[in-house]
Amino acid sequence: MIPLHHYLIVSAILFAIGTAGVFLRRNLITILLSIEIMLNAVNLTFVAFGRYRGDVDGQIITFFVMTVAAAEAAVGLALIIALFRHRESLNPDAFTSLKW
Amino acid sequence: MPEVVTFYLLAGLAVVASALVIGQRNPMYSVLLLIVSFAALAGLYIQLDAPFVAVAQIIIYAGAIMVLFLFVVMLLNAPQEDAAEWDRTHPLRRPGIARFGAALAGVLILQLAYALMRVNELEAPVGSQTGGAAVSSVRELGRVLFDRHAFAFEATSVLILVAMVGAVVLARREGQS
Repeated sequence: MIPLHHYLIVSAILFAIGTAGVFLRRNLITILLSIEIMLNAVNLTFVAFGRYRGDVDGQIITFFVMTVAAAEAAVGLALIIALFRHRESLNPDAFTSLKW
Repeated sequence: MPEVVTFYLLAGLAVVASALVIGQRNPMYSVLLLIVSFAALAGLYIQLDAPFVAVAQIIIYAGAIMVLFLFVVMLLNAPQEDAAEWDRTHPLRRPGIARFGAALAGVLILQLAYALMRVNELEAPVGSQTGGAAVSSVRELGRVLFDRHAFAFEATSVLILVAMVGAVVLARREGQS
């Protein structure tokens, strides 16, 4: 059997990778992918703690996180398409003005 | 010890694939590598007695969300990340500030490692506390979801409707009504 903190450490590493991606990458699509990595790291924590406590609440909240991730991906990608039409660029530093 | 070997294999695969997602310059490779990472996580969910979450992970994440990303990557057709001049001259790129940020990140890692080392109950194997209670039962999962969390479930449907309408409005070409 695997100790709980092994799952927590894997989850922490994945979350750190996702955070680093948001800060380091200069591409809106890769930044959205990094956010998905962070959401998945949190899902792993929820499922591991749910198994640890022996109830299904951890799995239930994982479903809600997945739903929010799907909604976030749809709206985020629509925003990326709209921004790309205006600027022909995916670099987040190209979108510094609120109105043009 | 096949269980331990499987855990380290899947965890290593997830971490390496996620790290490579960040390392790629071409978003197409990033999306494909992220599917590998999600599949490894689904394997970890199966190890945690959560087969339904594992299947949902494959269907929703690897199936639906990643296909959406692939469509957008191919639609926009801007694969390479452009490193412009003002990118290299960004104020946060100055060496002093970068070193300060790296030091803060090191302190954070030390704090987290210290905190995880001090908690002793986490050493116990996952699942030994409850004597293998039925957390893997889909029937139990559905009963709790539609009983105690019925309101949250219904609110989620409104969220998805709002996201759908928002995506259609945002991606619409200007000038069309």
